[in-house]
Amino acid sequence: MLLTIETTHQPATDLGYLLHKHPARVQSFSLSFGRAHVMYPRADEQRCRIAVVLDVDPVGLVRKHRGPAVDRYRLDQYVNDRPYVASSFMSVALNELFATAMNGRSKERQALVDRPIPLRTVLAVVPCRGGEGLLRRLFEPLGYDVSAKQHALDERFPEWGAGPYFTVALQQTVTIQSLLQHLYVLIPVLDNDKHYWVGRDEVEKLLARGTAPGPDGTPWLAQHPEKDLIARRYLRHRSRLTRDALARLAVEDDPDPDATDRLDDRAEAEIERSLSLNQQRVGSVLSVLKACGAATVLDLGCGSGGLLRELVAEKQFTRIVGVDVSVRSLQHAARRLRYDRLSEMQRRRVELLHGSLTYRDDRLAGFDAAAVVEVVEHLDPSRLSAFERCIFEFARPGTVVVTTPNREYNVMWETLPAGALRHRDHRFEWTREEFRVWAERVANEHGYGVRFLPVGPVDDDVGAPTQMAVFETNVRSGALTSE
Amino acid sequence: MNIELPELSLVVLVGASGSGKSTFARRHFRSTEVISSDACRGMVSDDENAQSATPDAFELLRYIAGKRLKNGLLTVVDATSLRPEDRRGYVQLAREHHCLPVAIVLDVPERVCRERNERRSDRDFGPHVIRNQCRALHRHLRNLRREGFRYVSVLKTVEEVEAVTIKRAPLWNNKRHVSGPFDIVGDVHGCFDELVALLERLGYAIDRAGDREEGDWAIVPPMTDGRARTLVLLGDLVDRGPKSPAVLRLAMRMVREGTAYCVPGNHDVKLMRALRGTRVRIAFGLARTLEQLEGASDAFRDEIIAFIDGLVSHYVFDEGRLVVAHAGLKESLQGRGSGAVREFCLYGETTGETDEFGLPVRHNWAADYRGHAMVVYGHTPIPEPEWLNGTICIDAGCVFGGRLTALRYPEEELVSVPAREQYAEPARPLDIGSATDGAEVSAQQRHDDMLNLADVLGKRIIETRLQRSVTVREQNAAAALEVMSRFAIDPRWLIYLPPTMSPCETSARPGLLEHPAEAFDYYRHRGVGAVVCEEKHMGSRAVVVVCRDADIARERFGVTTGELGSCYTRTGRRFFDDLELETAFLSRLCRAIGAAGLWETLATSWVCLDCELLPWSAKAQVLLREQYAAVGCAARAALSDIIPELQETVRRLDDPVAGDLVVRFDEQLVAIERYTDAYRHYCWPVASLDDLRLAPFHVLAGDGAVHVDKDHVWHMSTLAALAAHDDLLMATPYRSVALTDAADCSAAVDWWESLTRAGGEGMVVKPEAFIESGRRGLLQPAIKCRGPEYLRIIYGPEYRRDEHLTRLRSRGLRHKRSLALREFALGIEGLERFVRGAPLRRVHECVFAVLALESEPVDPRL
Repeated sequence: MLLTIETTHQPATDLGYLLHKHPARVQSFSLSFGRAHVMYPRADEQRCRIAVVLDVDPVGLVRKHRGPAVDRYRLDQYVNDRPYVASSFMSVALNELFATAMNGRSKERQALVDRPIPLRTVLAVVPCRGGEGLLRRLFEPLGYDVSAKQHALDERFPEWGAGPYFTVALQQTVTIQSLLQHLYVLIPVLDNDKHYWVGRDEVEKLLARGTAPGPDGTPWLAQHPEKDLIARRYLRHRSRLTRDALARLAVEDDPDPDATDRLDDRAEAEIERSLSLNQQRVGSVLSVLKACGAATVLDLGCGSGGLLRELVAEKQFTRIVGVDVSVRSLQHAARRLRYDRLSEMQRRRVELLHGSLTYRDDRLAGFDAAAVVEVVEHLDPSRLSAFERCIFEFARPGTVVVTTPNREYNVMWETLPAGALRHRDHRFEWTREEFRVWAERVANEHGYGVRFLPVGPVDDDVGAPTQMAVFETNVRSGALTSE
Repeated sequence: MNIELPELSLVVLVGASGSGKSTFARRHFRSTEVISSDACRGMVSDDENAQSATPDAFELLRYIAGKRLKNGLLTVVDATSLRPEDRRGYVQLAREHHCLPVAIVLDVPERVCRERNERRSDRDFGPHVIRNQCRALHRHLRNLRREGFRYVSVLKTVEEVEAVTIKRAPLWNNKRHVSGPFDIVGDVHGCFDELVALLERLGYAIDRAGDREEGDWAIVPPMTDGRARTLVLLGDLVDRGPKSPAVLRLAMRMVREGTAYCVPGNHDVKLMRALRGTRVRIAFGLARTLEQLEGASDAFRDEIIAFIDGLVSHYVFDEGRLVVAHAGLKESLQGRGSGAVREFCLYGETTGETDEFGLPVRHNWAADYRGHAMVVYGHTPIPEPEWLNGTICIDAGCVFGGRLTALRYPEEELVSVPAREQYAEPARPLDIGSATDGAEVSAQQRHDDMLNLADVLGKRIIETRLQRSVTVREQNAAAALEVMSRFAIDPRWLIYLPPTMSPCETSARPGLLEHPAEAFDYYRHRGVGAVVCEEKHMGSRAVVVVCRDADIARERFGVTTGELGSCYTRTGRRFFDDLELETAFLSRLCRAIGAAGLWETLATSWVCLDCELLPWSAKAQVLLREQYAAVGCAARAALSDIIPELQETVRRLDDPVAGDLVVRFDEQLVAIERYTDAYRHYCWPVASLDDLRLAPFHVLAGDGAVHVDKDHVWHMSTLAALAAHDDLLMATPYRSVALTDAADCSAAVDWWESLTRAGGEGMVVKPEAFIESGRRGLLQPAIKCRGPEYLRIIYGPEYRRDEHLTRLRSRGLRHKRSLALREFALGIEGLERFVRGAPLRRVHECVFAVLALESEPVDPRL
């Protein structure tokens, strides 16, 4: 909520002409979310410093807030860091207070506008999700000398560690227009949040504020090495908007159009990315389901419908039912399958059900096969027996394909801390032996045979990243239990 | 002419157009009982006479009739129904719903029909139509019974139609007005001596005087609360055992004298057929009975035949609360009469397969039973009678050397006598069928291991004792399903979820949002004279279920993992991620309960406690780091840079605006410091169990009791006594307040002020009685009054500024309060069901509903 810009350009008071704010006055402006106060704590020939102080109305934020709740720092909380940090509120304020300067114009000092001058900017405080490293990756390519001080969450409880808040100083000889554009775009990127709903016009805003020449003279945003991340975060992870923006920044590599906007899923996906393991998993499951000759299939825990889409494309399957416990996932899946645009015939073929695998569900009985892809590890161990009975005793499809991470393989992921699981919601991850013991017991208790298949590249020591068990009835149990 | 109809029947009026069917229907039946084809035609086409709409209209008619019959309602079909093919569907429909098809034919002269039609403007069909209709009617009139109609009445003249009266007769099985008390006895199979011993144990006075034949004795039932008890025999009186004729004599006499009811068993029916001379396969059991009957008089044989022939397949007693049948009866067949009902009552539901002993494999209808009536039955010998979904089989295999068992109703008490000897060898060893694995848990618990989605999903209405019924909307149930499935603990432990609690009305006092005076007013204005104020601990809500030992956990909760209990959050999540920690926590609690002698004083072997677990930081780590500490950290860091800049500006410019800003931001800094102090009070590092504090405030339930009949002083003092036994436990400071005593109230306010000044969250005000009602129903079970400093972590560090307070004061409590009451009623209902031994799904339904209601949007700061 504090921004200061200081120059040692001579005469330093020219800063007032560049920013169109008089150094001898304390001015206050009303903004939609509170007030902005502009003043000069220092203004003389040698040194001139302007301070922008935001005074955000914390109650107004909650009471006025309309629209979708934002992930973590929800605006519907009175206990909120928004009033105290530099965020998209600061960008809005900069735009309102310094529009002329940001557009590269000055009434009285036009000559100075295009001239880089020494500028030192202090932001107190910036929430930086991604740490000091990201801060440097964003500002250093633009030529800034960056210094940052991270604040402890609470000195009384040192074990809580540091918070995401930094007091940041940026120093460079740069034009005032470039500085303001950089701040306008990058503050919300650091924060990774927006206080308003991101619509299509945000793409225009992003592009308009990415025009000032960068260190090599071309528009700064297009040449920024982190432009993907900037676009993604600035546009709040709305993948289609991100894609549009990036396309218009003339980039070759298209980001994954199906990038899910769930943070944790993304984290898991990033860990597993190098292999596009997910595709291999879907492919393997599909091949098993096709090979077993199933006509009617269940996708239990279908999530946002990655596998469903593949199933729909196969004529062999005459009835496809996706089940998930999350209504939101089912909505994603319906969108992905373009469910509301399917023909009546297709709709009879594909169905999405809200359900749970810890309750007996008679709607799931009578199918040829079921896929249970990356589901079991999301269940509390104490609920596993209910899960087993739900599928193998009551739904009882002829073939059941279960995939789950192979914990042993986790040592192969560079980004995963030792001993950690791949997803925050994983209640456990099994070694190959643990999975085998579980699967064989379940098969045995319920009259199935089981065989195992690796998914992904097999390492001699730790096996494949994903393990798959294929359970089948009508095979003599034991005949297929060896790997 | 008087027409007698079974009370549940499908009445088909038969007659040509103009024969007066609609008028007849109007006169003798309620308008909702009559479905007319004309009306259905109108509904689907806007034209009652549109012949093109006929197929749709009849589909609709059939659909409505089906729904009514399913719900047990008499239904009248008002359509011409002249031809057998028109009527066939109704006979079939009646059969599907196990009720009787009845035909009433209005065969008035053709002339009458014609004249009536001519008078109607909407019917312009020619005279030939009526003529053809009458011909069609007469052609098939004689065959109505053969078509399947069980009652047929033909009314020939207008006068006859006019003169008819209709009487509805109850079905034979309808004994809803008979409410017992009953002693229901399972399969006797000729074990006469055991039957007599059992009757004597049950208190029946048997007069053996005179030289009457064995069994033909005068028997006087005992009295309970001034009412004579009634014996109910579940059939299979005969075969296999030593004295079938004596059993029959006893049963026949008691039934004749009105002191007993008897339903037929498959063996009884087979005996009857054998006595009648029908060829039946005579197995060992029957042979033995026939042998015992050798030399019996023809009169006695005839009497037996008549007796068995007259037995009604099943009875519905006590306003539908009790159903008895030999082999049980599923809900859709109860109180119905058809061949299929009789078959089910005699033989149960079989899958058509046979098991390795050559016996028919029975479909376990009781596992799917969801009916309201208790079903008591026999037929399948089992080692020990066990409840399953409100049904119980009480055939404990007396003739095979087991016990002859009676269920006392409504006491639900089992009384049995052992067999004197084993009279027959069972085809299947008796202990088979009781589970082979986990044999120690009950049939109900085995069944409850798997809950059914159909029992929780969709819109649900739950009957509770405290608030007649609570509705759960479909979208809330869906939200609960996700939370329950992904995060909740084993549902067997999850017998209760706490209700939300409303704050007091918003205070108008300067600088305050909440104050005890408003809570006191709430109760005083609703006629409550005494409340209990309890310190509100700021930690995390925890519900603890703990058993005396693992055997109790198995017996009462069906949990065989060796766990002693569970400690879970208000959304049903496991409180401790670390299992070892949970185990240690529960064992300590268990020891403390033992040391306090609570097992004995409460006469229980398990308890469910409603508690607060401290510190807050133990569970709320993420919240603290990501929200509470984060806000303090950001604000302090920002303000420590802002204030010097403002001060420098003031020094340079001496601007009054800047001066005001310095004051404003200084105040902000103070608010932030206070806010930080507020949450710090509730945080301390937790390295081991010794750093945790559990503050229980309700002893919710234990064996046979939900302690809502005790007042809060009892709860507080009982728990204070418990807390003395382990430092892990903390007694909650409380005080009783007489609301009509001003000094008492103001002392309580002082107490609240001192609590909150010391950093406490505030206090909870409860009516002294656990459950308190006012004129307009249930009162809030508790109201919280939170301290002004604490509220900084709810409404933001700076909420006490006037500009903020004025806006914050507009907050609506109505929804929160209604939610609190509904959740309270559900929570208590769930516990009461659990304590009553209801199936888990009935308990889970309540817990699930609390979770569902919690997903209703409500101001989270309340």
